Amino acid sequence: MATTAPMFGASVKRKEDGRFLTGKGRFTDDITLSGQTWAAFVRSPYAHARITKIDSAAALAMPGVHAVFTGADLKAGGVNSLPVGWLHEGIQIADHSAMAIDVARHYGEAVAVVIADSAAIARDAADAVQVDYDELPAVADAVAAIAAGAPQLHGNAGGNVAFTWQLGDAAATEAAIAGATTVVSQRLINQRLIPNAIEPRACNASYDAANDELTLYVTSQNPHVHRLIMGAFVLGIPEQRFRVVSPDVGGGFGSKIFIYPEEVVACFATKQLGRPVKWTSTRSEAFLSDAHGRDHHTDVEMAFDANGTIVGLRVKTVANMGAHFTLFAPAVPTYLYGTLLSGQYDIKAIHVHVTAAYTNTVPVDAYRGAGRPEATYVLERTLDIAAGRLGLDPAELRRRNLIPSSAFPYQTAVALQYDSGNYEPALDRALEMVDYKGLRAAQAAGRQEGKYIGIGLSSYIEACGLAPSHVVGSLGAQAGLYESGTIRIHPTGKVTVLTGSHSHGQGHETTFAQIVAQELGCALDDVEVVHGDTGRIPFGMGSYGSRSGAVGGAALWMSLQKVKDKGRLIAAHQLEAAPDDVEFVNGTYSVKGSPGKSKAFGEIALAAYLAHNIPSDMEPGLDATSFFNPSNFVYPFGTHVAVVEVEAETGQVKVIRYVAVDDFGNVINPMIVDGQLHGGIAQGVSQALWEHGAYDDSGQLNAGSFMTYVIPKAEFLPMFETDRTVTPSPVNPLGVKGAGEAGTIASTSATANAVLDALAPFGITHLDMPLTPAKIWAAIQQSKGGN
Amino acid sequence: MPQVQVTVNGRAQSRDVEPRTLLVHFLREGLGLTGTHVGCDTSQCGACVVHLDGRSVKACNVLAAQADGSSVTTIEGMTTNGVMHALQAAFKEEHGLQCGFCTPGMIMTAADLLARNANPTEDEIRQALEGNLCRCTGYHNIVRAVQLAARSMATA
Repeated sequence: MATTAPMFGASVKRKEDGRFLTGKGRFTDDITLSGQTWAAFVRSPYAHARITKIDSAAALAMPGVHAVFTGADLKAGGVNSLPVGWLHEGIQIADHSAMAIDVARHYGEAVAVVIADSAAIARDAADAVQVDYDELPAVADAVAAIAAGAPQLHGNAGGNVAFTWQLGDAAATEAAIAGATTVVSQRLINQRLIPNAIEPRACNASYDAANDELTLYVTSQNPHVHRLIMGAFVLGIPEQRFRVVSPDVGGGFGSKIFIYPEEVVACFATKQLGRPVKWTSTRSEAFLSDAHGRDHHTDVEMAFDANGTIVGLRVKTVANMGAHFTLFAPAVPTYLYGTLLSGQYDIKAIHVHVTAAYTNTVPVDAYRGAGRPEATYVLERTLDIAAGRLGLDPAELRRRNLIPSSAFPYQTAVALQYDSGNYEPALDRALEMVDYKGLRAAQAAGRQEGKYIGIGLSSYIEACGLAPSHVVGSLGAQAGLYESGTIRIHPTGKVTVLTGSHSHGQGHETTFAQIVAQELGCALDDVEVVHGDTGRIPFGMGSYGSRSGAVGGAALWMSLQKVKDKGRLIAAHQLEAAPDDVEFVNGTYSVKGSPGKSKAFGEIALAAYLAHNIPSDMEPGLDATSFFNPSNFVYPFGTHVAVVEVEAETGQVKVIRYVAVDDFGNVINPMIVDGQLHGGIAQGVSQALWEHGAYDDSGQLNAGSFMTYVIPKAEFLPMFETDRTVTPSPVNPLGVKGAGEAGTIASTSATANAVLDALAPFGITHLDMPLTPAKIWAAIQQSKGGN
Repeated sequence: MPQVQVTVNGRAQSRDVEPRTLLVHFLREGLGLTGTHVGCDTSQCGACVVHLDGRSVKACNVLAAQADGSSVTTIEGMTTNGVMHALQAAFKEEHGLQCGFCTPGMIMTAADLLARNANPTEDEIRQALEGNLCRCTGYHNIVRAVQLAARSMATA
């Protein structure tokens, strides 16, 4: 059973693929329980309205309808407000009932629910619930919301200001800007996005009255977090009688982290009715109820000396939080944003000020990258504008400002300490792969013929592997961000892994098995990875913030060492050798210098469970559970280059090439990491060019379906060209970083920069995303009109 | 309620259905074939693509009653005696899936393409998949998987 081929670092094909490829995946909506009922929600058709009457008589009279519940019913039933998991000083948190009571504050907010014998009956009956509203003035834009005279959302948040936050040295930054040779000022709008995992959210709650136990199947990236928060804070259910299962989950991208109203309502309703209650979001509902992402208005000032060195950076951002805070929302435009504003650059003076605004829109929380794409965009877009002003090549301007490799660990001006980095080789490699000089020549030649090629760079850094618990605790997090991992060796030597990480596309069943196979020298097929069930896994904080490998994988590694060490003691006992003389290589314990004196790991596993011949002071059995609490974030970095062609006559943008050079430290499975990168790049390119969760001024969501919200199709995108540099992270024993978000963090800026670079001959220095044909065409026309 | 008789993955099936029942709900809820997925309500995502009398259709866009008398193949019917179709094998080989939710529809659409065009170009593959949305892969490895399947089917 021993294997000599290294598992760690190999592009092993995925163990989980078989069930997905044959239609045997088990997603939440695939689960139908005995006695199943279905829920359908009545949602506010207004962005802001007083609810004056809810008449459910007609709905209740329909055959097959079991109940109609409202927010008042939840409150009377002891269901508490949805909590916020990250607090800032002075934060104004308003009650957030799972269904609106008295006032609905965004279009699509749940107002009532119908439970019925089928999804179709429930939907019909929901349409028969009559709700009377008095429409109130609404505000959707964050800057408008904090202006004088704006409609007010919550009594405790005057001027709709949910909190203000700042970081860095304001006085030093002011001085740096005042003394600078060149100051580049720009307003940047980072538009609202809607995550749109292809599997819509779903839940199925089932109450077992005989045992007073509640089971919730739910599309969650973090089932233990769901159990803890829903049980302890919202529903008042003891954790030991509440099981949360997130089976196969069809993508998350952040949107399935949070505790959502529909899940709370399903849990409440199943206890009321004594029957399982299932809800599956329609795509239209997903647009109105999944947490959105981004939505920043930012004013940036970047100051340079005569050499093109950045001497100061001042950033003022208004962040749209939507109508309520969801779970981690306060962390996104603050600690996941402001702390990243040094990027890869040695900037001595930085100051960032953030105003978080309540608006009559769907709540905004973490979406792939979460704060870090916004920070990268501020830096990278502004640098390109600056390069134009300073008459420097964008690559050269970046190079002049990179933190030198000799400067690590590097203390930024915005709190983070980068543990490791070596940025210039990634920049060089990306420029080499794309043939930067040749491309610039082709660009110049093309412009003579009316062909507009654009080249855009993005040299990014991100902090992920969330996160050192003591650090996030001191910054306002109401939870620790360690991870648990259990290694259970069976008497036959087979292995079960219990991980608190959750895979919703990342391939943990394979990569975690690779870590085990590498350490124990066993076959990949002898390892089973279990995730997503609070009934089987001791605890976990789940998957987001590119943390599964760097935190969850590290916890498994710790448990593997414990198991191996215990096995060594058993082997030493049986081989009559000192434990220090026993080495473990390729799944075999052997005595150093004594060939032939050896025990296979499987023999030791059996011995541990037989307990006939183990050290007298040793407990039988062979398993271990560990909690890995990282000492720092991990810091992936790299340089991406997008090459686009803009058709001046139509404003159409075609992405011709996309080159990504990233440093993820050690890589467990290159095939899977490339896949994560591809998808991340696609989402970031898509923000630059297509996606916009646009509201009108009255708070109606204009982009409410795939008809009006563009997510990319296959024909929109090129093949991606990837390479890596390897700077292992010193923070975890695997030397790994996170790869889930990097593509998105880098690619939005690279793509936007490429389009603006293509438009430079027209004198266009900046356009806000998405860079649609209509917007580009209009800007070109305007530039011609101005000539 | 009208009775619908359909041959699904080679087996004759007969059910009474509400007239408004969509083919996708008939398959998922009526027959328990949950490999066919629902990802939108505007017929754009393609997670529900199946073959109806040999051609790919979005099962959210067909009434079960319209399929009466027809033959339907779903992702569950793509495996023969436990052996995966060349496309299924290629998606695994090229890492053409991550979360797996869009995958059944992708494979059914790609199978229809390869039945009509055994040797498609990259552009033809991308165009053929225009009705199938994937949020995980950026399509890179999906395209490569279809290319690989085309090659392996040509030599089979």
